[in-house]
Formats: sequence, structure tokens, C-alpha cells
Amino acid sequence: MRSIYIDDDLEAIRLNVRDFVEREILPNVETWEAERAVPRELLNEMGKLGFFGLRIPEEYGGIGLGHVASLLFAEELGRCTSGGTAITAVVHTDLATPYVTNFGLREQKEHFLPKFASGEMITAIGVTESDAGSDVQAIRTVARPDGDGWVINGSKMFITNGGFADVVFIAAKTNPEVKGSRGISIFAVEKGTEGFSASRAIDKMGWHASDTAELVLADVWVPQTNLIGEENQGFYYIMHNFQNERLAVMGLALGEAQKALELTVAYVKERKAFGKPLWDKQAVRHRLAMRQAEVDAGRELAYKAAWMMDQGMDAVREVSEVKAFVGEVDNRVMYDCVQFHGGMGFAAESIIERMYRDARIASIGGGATEVMLDYAAKRL
Amino acid sequence: MNVVVCVKQIPDPATPYKLEEGTSWLIRPEDQVLDDTDRYGVEMGLQLAQESEGTVTLVSMGPTGNAQGIRQALAMGADRAIMIEDDGLRGSDALTTARVLAAAISSEAFDLVITGTESTDGYSGVVPQMIAELLGAPALTYATKVEVGDGVVTIHRQTAAGYDVVTSSTPAVVSVTAGVVEPRYPTFKGIMDAKKKPIENKTMSDLGVENRLAQEVAKITNAPEREAGRRIEDEGDAHTEIVALLEDRKVI
Repeated sequence: MRSIYIDDDLEAIRLNVRDFVEREILPNVETWEAERAVPRELLNEMGKLGFFGLRIPEEYGGIGLGHVASLLFAEELGRCTSGGTAITAVVHTDLATPYVTNFGLREQKEHFLPKFASGEMITAIGVTESDAGSDVQAIRTVARPDGDGWVINGSKMFITNGGFADVVFIAAKTNPEVKGSRGISIFAVEKGTEGFSASRAIDKMGWHASDTAELVLADVWVPQTNLIGEENQGFYYIMHNFQNERLAVMGLALGEAQKALELTVAYVKERKAFGKPLWDKQAVRHRLAMRQAEVDAGRELAYKAAWMMDQGMDAVREVSEVKAFVGEVDNRVMYDCVQFHGGMGFAAESIIERMYRDARIASIGGGATEVMLDYAAKRL
Repeated sequence: MNVVVCVKQIPDPATPYKLEEGTSWLIRPEDQVLDDTDRYGVEMGLQLAQESEGTVTLVSMGPTGNAQGIRQALAMGADRAIMIEDDGLRGSDALTTARVLAAAISSEAFDLVITGTESTDGYSGVVPQMIAELLGAPALTYATKVEVGDGVVTIHRQTAAGYDVVTSSTPAVVSVTAGVVEPRYPTFKGIMDAKKKPIENKTMSDLGVENRLAQEVAKITNAPEREAGRRIEDEGDAHTEIVALLEDRKVI
């Protein structure tokens, strides 16, 4: 039964995305994993179908839905069995474009949002550095005023879509004299801008189809119009969007965990040991039932948190709790799914082996479990 | 050109189907989906109508539920839908279904009626031909290609050996196979717009049709479990055994 937070429109969107994932993504993910990249044609197609306009207001070419829609969209993409493919789209829709949707000036919205919605421009978010992840105030990239623009210097690490994105939103210190939280701004830096380059693609344990780059900014000049929203407000923008980002990556984790459970239940019902299907063994089916219970619980709390955000309520505690919970559940699910696939689960040719590797980031990316639990603990 | 496309909402094939005790009728949940085989008919209808700036009207029989499956077809681009829902139609057979659909279609000005070849939950495979007979229109079935021009419809009719080219005047009824065209995905905007499109609900009395229930489900049994495969060791003569096996099953 569908969640009480899902109305008919959202259910129709879910069906549509599920169909697209099953027909257009699932049959190709092995190729994309091997090629270490998602083809641009896929992103163009998703843009054409309106996938990227989910959160973008109608006047800029989207359909202007809310956080519940983001969660549902990510959940369905998460079912594609390639975390790297799914995150490529979700970084664009939920981690990067909201900086313009939520905080951009009118001219910035007019310039960027229709292109973001159509997929003509794909985006990335450049906050993380080698010494600054969740601790955003510790970033070292700086921007100083220069004529009618800014000159940015620094580097960014683990930037998903960083190597191919048409626009990266770069967090830089614009006032080094004050406390970090009061002196950070966000700049739109377009691909091809002089001094801006991806210095290397980072090889990873999972998410092989995803482009993860280290970015270098050497005397990159951007005009004042590329400063998103207001000067020195970047830290608040980032903190605000972290909530959305966490919901989206949680959606991916819920979708992939659900898919892995479905694959595993089907497998243990077929696979026989000592004359009977593995499913006939109580230890196997009880453990899978418990993992399903955890996924179901996580999903409902995630939707509740998303719904609260759509109502304009503070949901930091709920988002933090459920991000921590779902990230850990996803990993437990994958552990058991590999276990019950036996030797096949350890073979690199199996889907579940890839899903196991992909799930490892679920308790790290978008805020590590430990950081999330501290956020939640502060609000107990 | 105005096209009527017959479509059906079915329970999601990804979930196990449940049958009602006693009657063995399929239990239809509130959330149903568009029968996958109908996506081809809808797409064909849309392409033909778009060429001539015509309209696409959906006609469907069965419990409306929340109309989710019909909205999938509206989201693809169909203009409106007529849904016939009536408790008296429960358990109806192929002929009653055809009578109901034909009655609903006959009040429309149409050049072409498009259907799938058979529904995924019923599989009778005779409804399109029956609709054509009841409408007094030619039936062109199993189309793998459809072209319409100057009041003439031409199809490639799939055969065991290849295809026949069949033509007739319009109006006509055409059943299309999966693969006749590549169905489009609805856009998100199409999905949001679909809820504003009109769905007209009709009953048996609106259409003046009765359900002359002539069919009873006598018995339901599980399909036999697949038997284990047989391994043929090749000692130089395996090919003869395989050929004999294939001949036995009339494969060759």
C-alpha cells in the first residue's frame, strides 16, 4: 500500500519513473559502470521528460513540486541497481540546482532554471574540500573582489558530476575576517571558464558510473552576476540545502535497499540447498523480513520528514535521525543480501555485489551517520 | 482524423493477482495500471491523430478505481476518456465486453478504432474482431505497421511467415501488436495536465447494453511447475537425439 504522503500525482510520477528505470536504465547499467560514465543522451532524455523540473517552478519550465516529490524521485532512481547512475541525476536535481531555485536572484533564475529543467545544463555542487566536508566553515577556497566580479582560488574534492557538469556551484570564503559561517558565498562557475579545471577523476569503491572529480580553481574570474543570491550568505544556503540533499540521498538508499531485498527474496525462493529452497529456512526468511521491516520504517519516517519540510516545519531532527538510520539499514540490507546470495553474491558479475559496494557511501555521503546522530542528539 | 483507442486498466502485474472466492473473478484494487499492451495503441493513435490535427479518445470498461491507469494514457497525450463502470458488468465475458465498448464507440465520430491484440489479465484475444463486427466496420488485426490516407487504412498484418499487406476503407478497427510503434513516456508536465482532462463515466443503462452472462469460471488450477531440464551427454550422437527432441515438440 502506498504511503499516506503520496497523492495521485506523485504515484503517477512514481509509475512513470519506475517504467523509465526498468526500460531505459536497468538494461544498460553494466555498460555504464564499465565505462565509468553515464551517457549524456540519458540525461538529455530525462530532461526532455521533465525529470529535472520536478522542483523547478512552472514559470521556469518545471512543475514545482516539493520535498516529498524529491524523495520519491530519488527512491525510484535508487532502484536502478547502479548508485553511480542514480546519483548523477540526483546531484543535479536536488544537490545543486536548488541553490538557484531557492536563493537565486530573479535574473539568475531566468538565466539558469529553464536550462537546468531541460537538461541543457547539468550541474554539480562544489562545497567539499580535502579538509572540509560536513564542517563547511573549514573551507579554504577564497574569492576576492576584482573589478565588477570576483577571482576565485582553491580546490574542491569528491565533486560528483564535477568533471562534466556545465555549471558547478562553488562555495568560497568572501570575508576571511569574520567567523566562517558569516563569510562564505556561492558562485556559479561554468565549464570552460579560464583557470577552472577537473584535475583528476577519483576512482572509488562503488558508484562506478558516477563522475567524481577533484576541481582546481586557479585565478578563476567570474562576473558579479554569478554570485548566487546574496554575498556572505552561502553558509546558510548550504545548511538549508543539506536537509534537501539528505532526503534525496536517503531516497536513493531506500530505493536500492528495497530493490536488493526484492532481488534476494526472489533468489532464495529459487535457490535450493539440501533439497529445499533457502526460503524454507526460518533463519533466512526471518532475517529478510526484519530487514524489510527496517526499510519500511525508514521509508515512512523519511516521507514524514519530507512532508514536514513541505509544510514549512523544522525537520532537522527527523532528517538527521532518518539519514543516520537509513544509511545503516542500507548497509545491513546489502550485507544480508550478499550473504544469502552465497558465492554468487561475492562474484563481480552479480548485481548484488555492485549494490553492496554502492551502498557503502549511504552512511557517509550527505552527512556521516556520526554527524547526523550528533545533530539529532542536540535536539533530544 | 479522430481515433478511438480501447484501453484497459489492470492490477499491477508486478504484484500477485488475487481471485475472489466462489466466482474466481479477479479482484481489482483501487490502484490499477494501464495494460502495457495498450501503450502501443495509444501511441499509434497519437501519431495518426497528430498528423491530421485530430483527437484521441480513450474508451475503457471496468472498475474505475482512482483512474490511475487511464490517466497514464491521458498523460501520454490522449484528449479525453470514456469509462464504463457498472456492477452489472462484473465477470463479463469477451462478447459482453465487445458489446459495451462498441456501444460506447458508436456514439463517437471516429475514423479509426485502435486496440491491442489482447489484454494482459484476460487474454481472450477476440474482443477487437467482435467490436468490428458490432460496429459494422472492417477488422484489420495484428498490425505491425499502420498507415492512413484519403479514407484508406493500410496495415502490415503479422503472419507466421512474415506479413500480409491489408487495406480497407475507414472507418475501421485495427488491432496493433507490441512493437508497432515505440510508445512515448509521459512527461511530468503531461502527468500534471492529465488530471485536468475530462473523464466521462457511463453505465450499462446509458449505453442500453445488458450483461448476458454466458460464461462461468469452472475451475482454477495452478500452472504445472516447470520440470527440471535434461542433460544430454555427447558421445558423438547427441545431435540426433536433440533433433528427435525438437521434432517431437514440433519445433522443427
